[in-house]
Amino acid sequence: MCAVNGSRKAAEIRKLVLDMIFHAGSGHIGGSLSAAEILVSLYYGTMRVDPTNPTWPERDRFILSKGHSVEVYYAVLADLGFFPREELDTFCQFGSRLIGHTNTKVPGVEHNTGSLGHGLSVGMGMALGAKRAHSLSRVFVLMGDGELTEGSVWEAAMAAAHYKLDNLTAIIDRNGLQISGPTENVMQLEPLADKWRAFGWHVTEVSGHDFDELVAALNAEKLGKPHLVLAKTTKGKGISFIENQAHWHHGVPSEEQYLQAKAELEAQWEEASGVGAGIRSN
Amino acid sequence: MEQAYEATRRAFSQTLLRLAKNNRHIVAMTSDSRGSVTLNAYAEELPEQYIEMGIAEQNLVSAASGLTSFGFVPFVCSPACFLSMRSIEQVKVDVAYSATNVKLIGISAGVSYGALGMSHHSLQDFAVMRAIPNLAIIAPCDAVQTEAVTEVIAAFQGPVYVRLGRNPVSQVYAPGTDCFQWGKAVELAVGNDVTIIATGEVVQAAVTAAKQLRQQGIKARVLNMHTIKPLDNEAVLRAARETRAIITVEEHSVMGGLGGAVAEVLGQHQPCPLRIMAIADEVTPSGSQSELLAHYGLDAAGITACVTGVAREAARDRAFK
Ligand SMILES: [Mg+2]
Repeated sequence: MCAVNGSRKAAEIRKLVLDMIFHAGSGHIGGSLSAAEILVSLYYGTMRVDPTNPTWPERDRFILSKGHSVEVYYAVLADLGFFPREELDTFCQFGSRLIGHTNTKVPGVEHNTGSLGHGLSVGMGMALGAKRAHSLSRVFVLMGDGELTEGSVWEAAMAAAHYKLDNLTAIIDRNGLQISGPTENVMQLEPLADKWRAFGWHVTEVSGHDFDELVAALNAEKLGKPHLVLAKTTKGKGISFIENQAHWHHGVPSEEQYLQAKAELEAQWEEASGVGAGIRSN
Repeated sequence: MEQAYEATRRAFSQTLLRLAKNNRHIVAMTSDSRGSVTLNAYAEELPEQYIEMGIAEQNLVSAASGLTSFGFVPFVCSPACFLSMRSIEQVKVDVAYSATNVKLIGISAGVSYGALGMSHHSLQDFAVMRAIPNLAIIAPCDAVQTEAVTEVIAAFQGPVYVRLGRNPVSQVYAPGTDCFQWGKAVELAVGNDVTIIATGEVVQAAVTAAKQLRQQGIKARVLNMHTIKPLDNEAVLRAARETRAIITVEEHSVMGGLGGAVAEVLGQHQPCPLRIMAIADEVTPSGSQSELLAHYGLDAAGITACVTGVAREAARDRAFK
């Protein structure tokens, strides 16, 4: 665990995400950008992992249930040294292990995802396994809001509460958009926090771009029940013309757009560097 | 040998309890199916190694894959009709693709829930499971072989689907017989006229049919193809070379099961007359398991009649060549 300048780290991660997607000519940029602070808070401020020993038995587990946002995940893992940073250039290339959804061939990745609505079930199984094995490991699952319409999410929510899995934290990247448009137009999710409370979860609502709120929620004391962190985010966060645009779910920037995006992220990085605010883990 | 009857699911649950007592990593997981799997004694004796997931097969399978992260060896026990259909995507992604050490135990497979109708028949499980890479498929023929299979897969590292029945079946093997070698068909009757390749609970009928055929002067080789995947291609090709025709017998749809697997091998490597005895591609009528099997000719009388015809045709074709 380390203390880092969260905003600067998030800007660095976003730059890596942008480069990966621009060079590969494919990827899911909107949901990767919205989750940058969440991933940074988890990996630099909360989770116990060891990049030199990715299968350390006592590690905390993370599952990216919204597996298409894999760019932000690979960027963080590479930044932490789970695999060489140069390898990010192979993203989505023929034969690369950095495929377009999370894949256990990549050091640090716990589970293959890609089909939505599986991650919480896998995570609740892991959390139950940790309990039965008397392990102190915690389990974190990041879901998109669009995938919450999958029935298996609610099967898992029910089971996690039934088994009182207070070592399980689910995070929702509540950016309000999915590929076809606003989530509430595609299929109404609200009142979302009430639904989770009704399923027996402790719910904390935070700004998904605020490190203090995120890290506090992710490190919250156990309450005898599973914990849902409902993180309000902006899809495409950090790049002005991508923010809040549903069609940028898996858009690829043109060269001109790439240069503009890169300049915006550079400016954010420099601004954050000047401030020097740190995330301090407990 | 005097005929003994025992349900494969019961042999499985008793074996699992014995193994789990000596291996705290084994966990049994059910979908409100504890009674139907016959895991009541297991759940009472080993509550720490038993997990009820409710009627939620998707969550059941994914959660099992999660448990492997802490070294557990989950045996996911649920009716085959639901396990192989309702949770097939979880089987594909979370078990096979993620290569998690999950054992999928489909009980009451085939038409063992006979009268309950098509919703409860599991006649597509071989077909869908076969098309998924990194997943072994085993169908033991009786209680003795089920015990052997359970022991082997508990020690094996990797995903396996085991198809079990519901009703007592007559024993093909005497207790204590060494009857299961991974991926190796077992020759239960010697013969060079035709070969009957059977799997699961209809193996016994194939053995009985071979005895009846012998009285008619037809020497039928019988192979117990307990491992559907990886298939024993060698045994299939040997049968194609050494006998005149192959008849496959299975309690599964005529599409994509044992017959399909054998046809894939023969068609590409050693074309040979083939008859697939299986359940027709139609909505099945209602009735007991034995009534349904008889209706589709999957009993000893039906197999004998079919093989007699095939053997005659094969002999005639050979005479004309
Ligand atoms: Mg979304």
